[in-house]
Amino acid sequence: MRRGVVEGVTVLIAGVVAFPLYWMVLTALKPADEVISANPRPWTLTPTFDSFVRALTVQSFGRYLVNSLVVALAVVLLSLLISFLAATALTRFRFRSRTTLLVMLLVVQMVPVEALTIPLFFVMQSVRDVAPAFGLNHLGSLVLVHLAFSLPFAIWMLRGFVAAVPVELEEAATLDGASRVRFLWQVLFPLVAPGLVATSVLSFIHAWNDFLFAKTFIISAAENQTLPLALQVFVKPDQNDWGAIMAGSTLMTVPVLVFFVVVQRRLVAGLAGAVKS
Amino acid sequence: MTDVHLDPRPATGARARPEAPRAPRWKRRKSDGPIAFAYLAPALLVLVGLMGYPIYQLVLISLFDYGQEQVSGGAPLVFLGLDNYTRLLGDPKFWTVLAQTVGFAAVCVVGTLLVGAALAVLATRVRTWARMTLFLAALGAWATPTVAGSTIWLFLFDANFGFVNELLGTTGFSWTYDRWTAFGLVAAEVVWCSFPFVMVTLYAGIKSIPGEVLEAAALDGASTFRTARSVILPLLRPLLVVVTIQSIIWDFKVFTQIYIMTNGGGIAGRNLVLNVYAYQQAFAASEYGLGATIGVVMTVLLLLITLGYLRALRKSGEEL
Repeated sequence: MRRGVVEGVTVLIAGVVAFPLYWMVLTALKPADEVISANPRPWTLTPTFDSFVRALTVQSFGRYLVNSLVVALAVVLLSLLISFLAATALTRFRFRSRTTLLVMLLVVQMVPVEALTIPLFFVMQSVRDVAPAFGLNHLGSLVLVHLAFSLPFAIWMLRGFVAAVPVELEEAATLDGASRVRFLWQVLFPLVAPGLVATSVLSFIHAWNDFLFAKTFIISAAENQTLPLALQVFVKPDQNDWGAIMAGSTLMTVPVLVFFVVVQRRLVAGLAGAVKS
Repeated sequence: MTDVHLDPRPATGARARPEAPRAPRWKRRKSDGPIAFAYLAPALLVLVGLMGYPIYQLVLISLFDYGQEQVSGGAPLVFLGLDNYTRLLGDPKFWTVLAQTVGFAAVCVVGTLLVGAALAVLATRVRTWARMTLFLAALGAWATPTVAGSTIWLFLFDANFGFVNELLGTTGFSWTYDRWTAFGLVAAEVVWCSFPFVMVTLYAGIKSIPGEVLEAAALDGASTFRTARSVILPLLRPLLVVVTIQSIIWDFKVFTQIYIMTNGGGIAGRNLVLNVYAYQQAFAASEYGLGATIGVVMTVLLLLITLGYLRALRKSGEEL
């Protein structure tokens, strides 16, 4: 009986938490006149995809969606590879500056990335002269900064997972004649999969969510903008196209939601594992 | 010096025993330096180039009069020394923004931790179906991109078409106009999108507490609150440290929410926080030197807060 009440409260809270998302999808599906009604109803009897069509055609959201995907996936792949190698080195090898490096990785996470926007802007300006694809106004610049900012956390997190793999496994693999490289990729890599999933979710979200760097670096190349910026195009001082904004927000949120639901179990396992270690 | 990685066999067993540095074999073994460096090289390259060097540059820029003319090469760079710092610290606006930043972050951190912890405990007390409902909703809030989340909340609280005003019967009321309601709205959005991390992490932590301990508390007739305070909390302290530090770091440098929801820092800059202030100074006012100075001050503050928190914990006998 009491449990029923607690569960009722739980579901109510879940409803409140999910409500903004419901409102987003609902508004995206409402016809234009219902969206700008002074007495908004929490349902609609005449759902329409007009707002989605407007978002996709007028603002070519599709293009920005692809840009965002390219950046986020590139960051995830690169950071997985690089942080796995670094985490292995930091847990499995002994060398002089190991502890110093670990402390530096921790400290660097506290540096507000936003404060680095100014110098990074100038860095990207110089990169453009050497390698245009990775400099100002190009998606590569976003890949680079997000890679840099996701690495310290990813390495720190993966360390725990690599350390948790019993050393005996490596010994056994070596006895069986497996080379070190083979052991690394065929034994160790799959074993730390939960950690890899958790770190890739976090780096994906970082890159996907980024507004500041996209706003600062992609200044005069509209075709290279990412979703968070494109969404802002609809926001006008007096006449917001809320229907299109919410349709755009929906398009932007759905891929992350799908990603989250797919990896949900592993994500929780990953967070718990990282925390335990 | 022989390269360790050319002949891995003799060293493998010892090398792979990092948690037992006193094992006799480790003492006889050579350092893994060269191969470790090879594994670390890509990470170091990225981190030095895109974090180390920019940090150095940030400090450097803050010592110069660095405006639009200097950027375009039209005027020579003037070394100011600490002038930017004295100018900033002498500006009353800076102190207002600083106080706002700290207050805003504190509210967000406390709110996030309270909501996250309370819901984590709640999740342990209900059956799977109710817990899954809560987790799915939280997952949704967590997964919502910051820009989208900010925009949705803005629309929910919109003066003319917002559902919340309709509910409250306050149609026409602008939440973003007044300084405090604007901050409150942004804080609510920040808590909404960041409590799931705390909740999921703490839930995983609570789940790792042996069931007998909780059963004993329940048998003794302990209330939810009592169980949380006297049993779960002490066991979760190390975990709480992690989520608190993360929250401090995140909330102290909220940018996107403030920028979007208050349209770049509120009317007449009433809702500025250090981050947005630095950005506006640098990129809107082309005062890169002053912007960098704010960035340095912010970095130092964040380091001090985090280190101070860690020290306080160590003093209270907590190990990390």
